[in-house]
Amino acid sequence: MKRLSLRGATRVWERNLWVYSKRWVYNILPNFFEPVFYLLGMGVGLGAYVAAGGQFEGGYTAFVAPGLVAASAMNGGIFETTYNVFVKLHFSKIYDAMVATPLSFEDVAAGEILWAVTRATLYGTAFLAITLFFGVPLTPRLLLALAALPLIGFCFAAIGTAFTSLIDSIDLYTYFWTLFVTPSFVFSGIFFPIEERFPPALITVAELTPLYNAVHMMRGIVRGEWEGVGLNALYLAAVGLALSFFAVRRLGRRFLA
Amino acid sequence: MSELVVQARGLTKSYGPLVAVDHVDLEVHPGEVFGMLGPNGAGKSTTMRMIYRVSALTSGSLRVFGLEAGRDDRAIKSQLGVVPQMDNLDEELSVLDNLLVYARFYGLDRALARKRALELLEFLELSARSKDRIRELSGGMKRRLTLARGLMNEPRLLILDEPTTGLDPQVRILLWDKLAELRGRGVTLLLSTHCMDEAERLCDRLMILDHGHVIAQGPPRELIANQVTPQVIEARLEGELEPLEKACADLGVELLPAVNRVSLFVQDGRQMLEELERRGLFLNGAYIRPGNLEDLFLKLTGRSLRQ
Repeated sequence: MKRLSLRGATRVWERNLWVYSKRWVYNILPNFFEPVFYLLGMGVGLGAYVAAGGQFEGGYTAFVAPGLVAASAMNGGIFETTYNVFVKLHFSKIYDAMVATPLSFEDVAAGEILWAVTRATLYGTAFLAITLFFGVPLTPRLLLALAALPLIGFCFAAIGTAFTSLIDSIDLYTYFWTLFVTPSFVFSGIFFPIEERFPPALITVAELTPLYNAVHMMRGIVRGEWEGVGLNALYLAAVGLALSFFAVRRLGRRFLA
Repeated sequence: MSELVVQARGLTKSYGPLVAVDHVDLEVHPGEVFGMLGPNGAGKSTTMRMIYRVSALTSGSLRVFGLEAGRDDRAIKSQLGVVPQMDNLDEELSVLDNLLVYARFYGLDRALARKRALELLEFLELSARSKDRIRELSGGMKRRLTLARGLMNEPRLLILDEPTTGLDPQVRILLWDKLAELRGRGVTLLLSTHCMDEAERLCDRLMILDHGHVIAQGPPRELIANQVTPQVIEARLEGELEPLEKACADLGVELLPAVNRVSLFVQDGRQMLEELERRGLFLNGAYIRPGNLEDLFLKLTGRSLRQ
């Protein structure tokens, strides 16, 4: 860890920004399509059949939207630190070139996490903006929602990097997606209140998943329902810090072997 | 300053039971071109990777620019340039941007980086390609760009791992000229190669590595003079080998037979041919050449294939 420098990490981040800025136009477009499709399909389409009232006050779309914002930040953080980092690490070899400069491998790993946080924030911001057209009210609380995006991105960037640091074959991401990302997406309270549908034991399991915390936090902020939001944020920060530490160390050691 | 650029004592790297570099002692002096020769798997790249601080030492000590490896890695790396064996250019960036982004890793400010990048593209005859994508470049252009990238921080020591492997003769000669020019500007060069011509032509001193050990070290001419005869007769072998073997044994001349040709390591080729003729032995298509680095290399590392 003593080989990590914030300045070094920033330079790695800068390289990614450089690449991204050259083609941001077609990089950012999918970030608009995805939320629109989800909100139309789940919210407007399915939502018409969902009984109003209770949890769904304000309409089903308004219930689903904040959770989808959290999920989009998750996707931004995870995608960048899984496939993208893996390809750079094992195929394109650009990290080899970077660590021959004053950058350390710890700088490179930390820089990638930092960049993933940026991507996650961009994804999430685009999604949040679009939810305004689907019943999410424009309030000052949304500023706090914007600030929550990097935190969610950080947690999932750390998870993705940690997983990437453990594997040698790109095929293993299939497990990561089918056993972690997809169940998180479906069972973290984005589409229905799990507290009302799950047996108690499963509720505990769900509450321990990072995405549940992200969804609960985001919905709480957007709707002004503050209970548990602080705890959610703490949880995301703790997981992010612990796994970043693990991943940066592990990648650094593996490289300098 | 006459301080050593690289000073390694007992440099060792092992991967589990495999010892890739085994107690290598090495000194590179300021301003010289130092070559590392050796068969594949001899430990050349591993030694270089330890020197440019991307690989940890298993044991031994290493100083670069007088700075201690492991403790002052950032300071060491900021003063050296690396041209790795495999081009690892950033495929997502253009030719010019590869240099500009790389300069940022050294903390160079943008204006200076741009000025240097344009100069280096000019120096390596790549100016016309500055906006191209990496995949549009030929192998020779990629190698030249990798060299330009290694020079962005104006290094005191440039490390090149097999810089001309796989390049056509034109590019190879261009690179040799550029390296000679850099040497003239006082840059110390450490390079590995399989090309004996390259080693003889460029290097002030060299070391031959085999199985992780140093088996010879010194100026190329001196090494050849000490271990190889001044002249070598190459000839086709027609008919029996035995009479020739007998004559060579008589005369105390080393004979190296191959499938259908022979090499004779002699002091004076003309004299030897005359002597053989007196004995009724006529060598077909015989020609005399000076003993060279390849003779030395094969003598020291043997003729068997490596992995």
